[in-house]
Amino acid sequence: MILSVRDLKVSFRTHDGPVRAIDGVSFDLEESEILGVVGESGSGKTVSLLAVMGLITDPNATIEGSIRYKGRELVGLSRRELRRLRGNEIAMIFQDPMTALTPVYTIGWQIAEQIRAHRGVSKAKAMARVEQLLAEVNFPNPHEAMSRYPHQLSGGMRQRAVIAMALSCDPALLVADEPTTALDVTVQAGILDLVRKLRAKHKSAVVFITHDMGVVSELADRVMVMYAGRVVERGTRTELFSDPRHPYTRALLGSIPPLTGQKPRRLPAIPGSPPSLLRLPQGCAFGPRCPVRYEPCETGKPGLGSDAHAAACFRVAQA
Amino acid sequence: MFYAILRRFGQMLFVMFGISVIVFLIFFATPGADPAARIAGRNASPEVLAAVRHSFGFDQPLYVQYTRMMEKIFVTGDLTSFVNRGWKVVPAVMDSIPVTLSLVFGAAVLWVVVSIIIGVVAAATRDSWLDKLLMALGLLGISMPVYWLGEVMNLITQSRYHDSWAFSWVPPLGYKNFSDDPKGWFLTLVIPWITLAILYIGIYGRVLRAAIIESMQEDYIRTARAKGLSETRILFRHALRTSLIAFVTLFGLDFGALVGGSALLTEVVFGLHGIGKLTYDALQNLDLPMIMATVMYASMFVVIANAVVDFVYILLDPRLRAS
Repeated sequence: MILSVRDLKVSFRTHDGPVRAIDGVSFDLEESEILGVVGESGSGKTVSLLAVMGLITDPNATIEGSIRYKGRELVGLSRRELRRLRGNEIAMIFQDPMTALTPVYTIGWQIAEQIRAHRGVSKAKAMARVEQLLAEVNFPNPHEAMSRYPHQLSGGMRQRAVIAMALSCDPALLVADEPTTALDVTVQAGILDLVRKLRAKHKSAVVFITHDMGVVSELADRVMVMYAGRVVERGTRTELFSDPRHPYTRALLGSIPPLTGQKPRRLPAIPGSPPSLLRLPQGCAFGPRCPVRYEPCETGKPGLGSDAHAAACFRVAQA
Repeated sequence: MFYAILRRFGQMLFVMFGISVIVFLIFFATPGADPAARIAGRNASPEVLAAVRHSFGFDQPLYVQYTRMMEKIFVTGDLTSFVNRGWKVVPAVMDSIPVTLSLVFGAAVLWVVVSIIIGVVAAATRDSWLDKLLMALGLLGISMPVYWLGEVMNLITQSRYHDSWAFSWVPPLGYKNFSDDPKGWFLTLVIPWITLAILYIGIYGRVLRAAIIESMQEDYIRTARAKGLSETRILFRHALRTSLIAFVTLFGLDFGALVGGSALLTEVVFGLHGIGKLTYDALQNLDLPMIMATVMYASMFVVIANAVVDFVYILLDPRLRAS
């Protein structure tokens, strides 16, 4: 077990009162496994993984629960200890490669900086490693690319550079926060391919955050669906796609337009919009938009249970 | 690169040419502003006026007058003052340059170093009591007019507490040549440097703090944290470097203006006969050749300072290098 998150809660103090962005999230990650985390904007997928990285710097945030990395508790770990893990054993790839790199330094310098922060190697050695990494992420001319500035590269190339940087210290855990959202579809496919290949080579476990069901179906071993700060369904990829249980998961899958057969007259959509975290409904957060809600949904919050394939829904528990 | 520098140099010359023409026209060709009338004095007879006009060359076409004046400033250097025909304008400017340069350079070093320290410390300890204290002091520095602050400094160091141990080293007001007396040069300038720098320390410290805090919100700072870098390294290597652009812009403008004569108030308060004082006196007497010469000198410095700023931009930000 690489990562074990138990009952993680993250809340922020705001002008309008406290907001619980993450409300009791639990999940496990095995070695070299890819976990897909799916959800709409604001469902808490990014915040929960920023918490894992120790990257929630907002002084108004409080983090509760337990995050164990290789058995070691990360919540409450000193900043220094966390820093030693970050970039070294736990690395992150961000959503927008356009802004994720410091504009005034070369790609090579920025990757070497990370290597040298964690390994006591000479500059020349670090640079040699950078060249090797850039070749690994399919830069056509890695030696030349090292002396390029971020603005001289295309979006796809920048994301490759960011991935090379994340892999520079052979992390055991890689967190990818929507790494393909800002890219063209063709470039996306290349990046996904790369992640899969690198997982095989580096044996890193990957948490892949996305709102794209298509990406999940291609890449993930297991999937976790989030809604309003909670996990509503989890299971293996096959379980989730062939037997979706939670009404929200079903609605998400139902809103993917079919490629074959008759074209639908209108794209199916989930009625309503996600609730504001400031004014969550009393019962199930998905209740107001749910086609199968009944009395228990108005008052209680359904739990996820402990099954491998589980859905947080009273209807499912009833069946 | 060479071509770019050459082109830039051409632009600088063009700007200075434009300034010289405009200033010349303002003083020599404005209707009703007859320079001969001013020189000849009140109630001058038409004969005297005509004589003056002829002797100063005002009866020549404007372009001839302009060319002659530029020739006398830049080539022969023997342009004389209207106020005192024995007083050569170019050497007077040359004598004032070291005074102003000494004052402004020293103050600039002081304000750049101190404001970077203040800006970085305030940004790093954002919202703490230290940050609030530093920003309040900065505001205080900005709020004190230099002529008032200078006089207070003089009151303290020259008279009231001059005999105490703290200020007995302060020499009388005035300027000493660096080549004659380096120690005297330094000592006479310490108080003027501090006085001039305080205003700019306040402004620059606050600007830099705001710029650093803004950069700290950028995505690449989150990346730097995810890399496992220390907060100190993130602050200096990633946030400060990108924040210096606003700082450099401001510095280029202020430095050019100060060297060009804006340090007048400081010069007057401390009895330093620099460019500011020279320009001020020339304007008081409407001494046109002197005005022409000091304006040309000032514009030269502003133009050079701007060129240097552009060059530093390119050093700081690789994104500007291609164009």
